[in-house]
Amino acid sequence: MCTTCGCSAGEVVYSEPATGMQIVVPGPEPENAGHRHAHDHAHDHGHHHHDHDHHHGHHHHHEHDHDHRHARTVSLEQDILAKNRLAAERNRGWFAGREVLAINLMSSPGAGKTTLLERTIRDLAPLPICVIEGDQATANDGARIRAAGAPVIQINTGTGCHLDAEMVARGVQHLAPERGAVVMIENVGNLVCPALFDLGEDTSVVILSVTEGDDKPQKYPHMFRACQVMVINKTDLLPYVRFDMDRCIAAAREANPEIRIFQLSAETGGGLDSWYDWLRKAAPGSGQPSYGERR
Amino acid sequence: MHELSIATAVVEACAERAAGARVLRVRLEIGRLAAVMPDAIRFCFDLCAQDTAVEGAALEILDIPGRAVCASCGEATDLDTPIGRCLCGGALRIVAGEELRVKDMEIA
Repeated sequence: MCTTCGCSAGEVVYSEPATGMQIVVPGPEPENAGHRHAHDHAHDHGHHHHDHDHHHGHHHHHEHDHDHRHARTVSLEQDILAKNRLAAERNRGWFAGREVLAINLMSSPGAGKTTLLERTIRDLAPLPICVIEGDQATANDGARIRAAGAPVIQINTGTGCHLDAEMVARGVQHLAPERGAVVMIENVGNLVCPALFDLGEDTSVVILSVTEGDDKPQKYPHMFRACQVMVINKTDLLPYVRFDMDRCIAAAREANPEIRIFQLSAETGGGLDSWYDWLRKAAPGSGQPSYGERR
Repeated sequence: MHELSIATAVVEACAERAAGARVLRVRLEIGRLAAVMPDAIRFCFDLCAQDTAVEGAALEILDIPGRAVCASCGEATDLDTPIGRCLCGGALRIVAGEELRVKDMEIA
């Protein structure tokens, strides 16, 4: 287990609040996750014979007696996140083929992602919205979305701090969104890691609540650069908190000059109209030639 | 927080390309604006490499400074964070520092 990052590729659980369906996908096999258990066998690299009988696919089978191995350089020039990006592109094709609009919602925990989704689902009905809920643990949010009337798959990442494109691929297969639907992907609450992992969405949205402080875009510029839309939530609390709206917007634009900004309160409903207008226009059935911000 | 995923991806990519050969050295390019901590990658790399063809390989990280060009006046600027404006007030377009690549590796 990694003490620096606390994030590991462990077990992922998919569940469907409607049916109680649950799929548990174990983490990678020990050959890629050997750090998760202590090694108690010695690697006798100098020996000619193996006397350990575990099946780890070791590659040190012919260790030379003399140190005359001919090293050669192999050029990779490969994006480290290439595998995730490839999976994300597959998702993007999958969404496009079904005329589905996919939106990746990211924020710190407690900014109001789930509340905004609940309200949006209820207010925009019958617009078909379905949801992939990402959390480290519990199906609480999935149950809330289900109660709001939308099909939902809950993904519990265990110790993982973000959703990745493979998880989303598996999630949408279970969700099976209808043609023309909007798939809302509620990422794990975290303003750092999710910014790096493309899920194949059309549009990335960062939600910031006024209780978090107006300097969030300066503190987490990567997230604000990665998103095309920023929602400033809980504006009904503005009289009670120190939050300079102009300063926040200026900071967000510094990180991302093109970012589109909505100010609203998912609780009272104030400011939701322009968010809904944008969503309706972006939604596949709107007759717009292209939807989303990224394409 | 995400450095373990990244180190895992590096090890997987190298082990796959090595096709059974032993990896002695891996070189990464990590830009200063890539939102990744090189020290955390180093820490995770050794752990992820255990029991793979990459086990014991030396890890070299090439640091790439952040560089941006003003969209208005065209002036180039050095950047340490992916945020800021040109002195003229124009928006900055990042041209270097977001790299996150496996450059090459040495195999035996």
